[in-house]
Amino acid sequence: MSERDDNRHVNEYVTAMVGGQLFGLPILRVQDVFIPERLTRVPLSPPEVAGVLNLRGRIVTLIDVARRLELERTIVEAQPMAIGVDAHGESYALLIDSIGEVLKLDDKARESNPVNMDPRLARVSSGVYRLDAELLVVLDVDRVLELPSRAVAA
Amino acid sequence: MDDLLREFVTETNESLDVVDSELVRFEQDPGNAKILDNIFRLVHTIKGTCGFLALPRLEALAHAAETLMGKFRDGAKPSAAAVTLILTTIDRIKSILESIDKNQTEPAGSDDELIAKLTEMSAAFSSARPLASPAEVTVGTLVPQVLERPLRPGEVSLDDLERAFRATEVGQTGKRKAASEKPVEDDDSSRAGSLSIRVTVDTLEHLMTMVSELVLTRNQLLEIGRRHEESEFKTPLQRLSTVTAELQEGVMKTRMQPIGNAWQKLPRIVRDLSNELGKQIDLEMLGAETELDRQVLDLIKDPLTHMVRNSADHGLESPEERRALGKPERGRIRLSAYHEGGQIVIEISDDGRGLNVERIKEKAIAQGLATEAETEKLSEAQIQKFIFAPGFSTAAQITNISGRGVGMDVVRTNIDQIGGMIDVKSVAGVGVSFTIKIPLTLAIVAALIVEGGGHRFAIPQLSVIELVRVGGGSDHRIEHIKDTPVLRLRDKLLPVAKLGKLLGLDGTASAEDGAFIVVIEFGSQIFGLMVDAVFHTEEIVVKPLSSKLRGISLFSGNTILGDGAVIMIIDPNGVAQSLGSRVVTQLAAQEAALADAAKRDVPAGEATSLLIFRAGSSNPKAVPLSLVTRLEEIDARTIELSNGRHMVQYRGQLMPLVTMDENVRIKGEGAQPLLVFSDGSRAMALVVDEIADIVEERLDVQVQGELPGVLGSAIIKGQATEIIDVGHFLPLAFEDWFRGKSHAQQRTRNILLVDDSPFFRNMLTPVLQAAGYAVTAAAGAQEALRLLKAGEGFDVVVTDTDMPDMSGFDLAETLQRDPALSELPVIALASMVSEEALERGRKAGFYDFVAKFDRQGLIASLKEQTDMGRAA
Repeated sequence: MSERDDNRHVNEYVTAMVGGQLFGLPILRVQDVFIPERLTRVPLSPPEVAGVLNLRGRIVTLIDVARRLELERTIVEAQPMAIGVDAHGESYALLIDSIGEVLKLDDKARESNPVNMDPRLARVSSGVYRLDAELLVVLDVDRVLELPSRAVAA
Repeated sequence: MDDLLREFVTETNESLDVVDSELVRFEQDPGNAKILDNIFRLVHTIKGTCGFLALPRLEALAHAAETLMGKFRDGAKPSAAAVTLILTTIDRIKSILESIDKNQTEPAGSDDELIAKLTEMSAAFSSARPLASPAEVTVGTLVPQVLERPLRPGEVSLDDLERAFRATEVGQTGKRKAASEKPVEDDDSSRAGSLSIRVTVDTLEHLMTMVSELVLTRNQLLEIGRRHEESEFKTPLQRLSTVTAELQEGVMKTRMQPIGNAWQKLPRIVRDLSNELGKQIDLEMLGAETELDRQVLDLIKDPLTHMVRNSADHGLESPEERRALGKPERGRIRLSAYHEGGQIVIEISDDGRGLNVERIKEKAIAQGLATEAETEKLSEAQIQKFIFAPGFSTAAQITNISGRGVGMDVVRTNIDQIGGMIDVKSVAGVGVSFTIKIPLTLAIVAALIVEGGGHRFAIPQLSVIELVRVGGGSDHRIEHIKDTPVLRLRDKLLPVAKLGKLLGLDGTASAEDGAFIVVIEFGSQIFGLMVDAVFHTEEIVVKPLSSKLRGISLFSGNTILGDGAVIMIIDPNGVAQSLGSRVVTQLAAQEAALADAAKRDVPAGEATSLLIFRAGSSNPKAVPLSLVTRLEEIDARTIELSNGRHMVQYRGQLMPLVTMDENVRIKGEGAQPLLVFSDGSRAMALVVDEIADIVEERLDVQVQGELPGVLGSAIIKGQATEIIDVGHFLPLAFEDWFRGKSHAQQRTRNILLVDDSPFFRNMLTPVLQAAGYAVTAAAGAQEALRLLKAGEGFDVVVTDTDMPDMSGFDLAETLQRDPALSELPVIALASMVSEEALERGRKAGFYDFVAKFDRQGLIASLKEQTDMGRAA
């Protein structure tokens, strides 16, 4: 699943916490990081869609990552954040619990998913990094945006 | 070179489309030299450009076609065969062009065969040219000319050419003719060149997007401006608003194209079909200049073509059949287009045999769309609508005699996609008429902003026909039939859906009292959508839904409001569909399949809604639902005996209870169902044992009643049912029921609302009523003046400024001149408030100027005025 790519040695990741797990998103996919405000819930929408909001004149669909990955959301004390991403010409944002620092990680250090990884996570992960304190799961943004009904059909 | 080639392809394609339809016209009207000149010139231009761009195949084809057409110009009578041949040539040219467009070069291949035919045909015309009369005389001497290369296909030897020239131009030398031809051409192209330029669609689309953003920003500013009453920004903001509106209109105009562009290919198609089918068909096209958005135009092109093809193919009978039926041999297909209230109406009709209802019925049954029993109950119009049912025509091959409706489901889907509607009317033996209504543009629409279940939503104004306030002192009330809310509106019973509930948002059961019902028309179905609040109308920029949300049929898109929030746009189609499976099911008494059939149509027709109940015996009794004001269930303990009569306190009044006969017992405890009949301020209740059902049936009283209060008996749902005569019971409650009614109205402020748009009249009336005013609506200034002069005591006039015949300004000026009315305050409603308008308004004596969508502003202004009136 994870192809070792020798052309590039270092990848940069925007890190985010969701449900107590640390995730990394390839920095090239990240458009914005913002606090979701004036969110409009969409009735009858798939549960993973937290709502839609206006980000500088564009309508952005906010995907609740915790719900998407069926993770327990951690304490909702802090202001949740959103990471804006574009996919197939549409604007999305991923709702996360908190945003972390940007990490530069050597591609060679990336390991493939452990075989016993929770299948719900394994489906959206393109590898794992062993950091000093914890594990970082590299998120495949496109797969996160494939909501379950589609994933089943695919 | 590439650009040149591309431009050539575009231009030539356009020219060819014109040639196509012109040729068909020419065939019917061979004497018309103008048409021929036009065609000739177009083909000539194509030929010339081809030579320049080194496209030998095209050049040869165009040349051969031009030669043949030259013969017509010389006076040869165009035969159908010749026209067909030219049309075939044009088709060939088109296919070559297509390939040039793709590959930048001419495809390999040979047109020799076609060119040979063309040459042969030309030769045939030259040899048999009786029309050239004495012109057999050749003027001048014929010098043999030699060409230094062999003739290319399609070319004629110079000798032949020279001979043809001389033979043709009687009394005119070939040179002069050629010379006189040139300037005309130049003149034309130079004029067109200076007046129009070619702009890529992308540029326009981009411009449109930018304007949409500008409209959004403008709306945001207006929203902010609304919050600050007195602000120095007000005037520049209004100016900005006006300019933005004009800019928007201007950009929209650049996207507008005459609908005739979508029709251009039709004459050719009809001509080919009439040859193929051996039918004579006249195609009438009216209103081809009606303009609509490019995007919409593209989307309806194919459905229209398909429908015309259908009419020619299946709708019109053969000449023999038509003769036998006493119809003119020539069949007629008529296309017409016109604007109507912000939308375009396109009608496609023919005078053929009409839809075959029996066949459609069979098919609907065969496809499981309805059972045989259900189809029996449907009216003919409802059965005809099956042709729009999904998958209706795809299942089996329809033969010519089977009637029409081939692929109509596909047409409907296309039209649905652009928020349009389609309806069909058919009379057997007389013809079919399809009516399509589509919005002028898809990008920006006027929408009504409402609230339901705590969220705001936009409803496209196009589908809103009325706004009704229920409860809270209004005449309208929601009633329930087995938990299904319905609204009685004038003589109709409308199914009502609660917006919040429909969207699964109804956590807090919103009160029905004081709610608004947005009456929506979709196709032939009219229904009410109950919302908690109505805010204002706003021009919204429709943005497509995210692909993750596209499955929700109740929404057609989303938009950003003036205050920056994103809201969803309600799709009336989706609501109608979901009503079909919810409310209509219950209204039509649980027959799921029937409800399916009735999805787009509440079963009505000649049938009457009947309320079935039991009282005094187990035999069902029925009363037309339209006579019943309300169905109530009261606590039996609240029934009081007063003056020997049973009474109940009802809405602050005493309401007498009446029993059908002595067998009916008024309950001592528990719930007592009542049928309430009312008329103005009075109400009476008929005591019943049980309210059983509501059915749609044809009321056919078979046995006359003998008992008092019974009209007779009818078979309803297979059971003999007594039909009750309400008129018998009313006087039992009030002796003077039918005598004079006096409404002692307390003095409220009377408003005369003048607006030519029924939408605004209907929207503002309940709003003003809710604010405690008595409202009289007038549809125009003249009507308003009549009402005012008739001495109706109005306190304030609220008028639209922009009305046909007589504007609001004129109305105000007229009132000022009338000594009796000059004191009457007039508030103007303007869709656009400009400096000039304000100035003119001051002169005309307007008390205030309020933006048309500014509901709060209007009420505030009214209040201010009436307070002043009281103080004075």
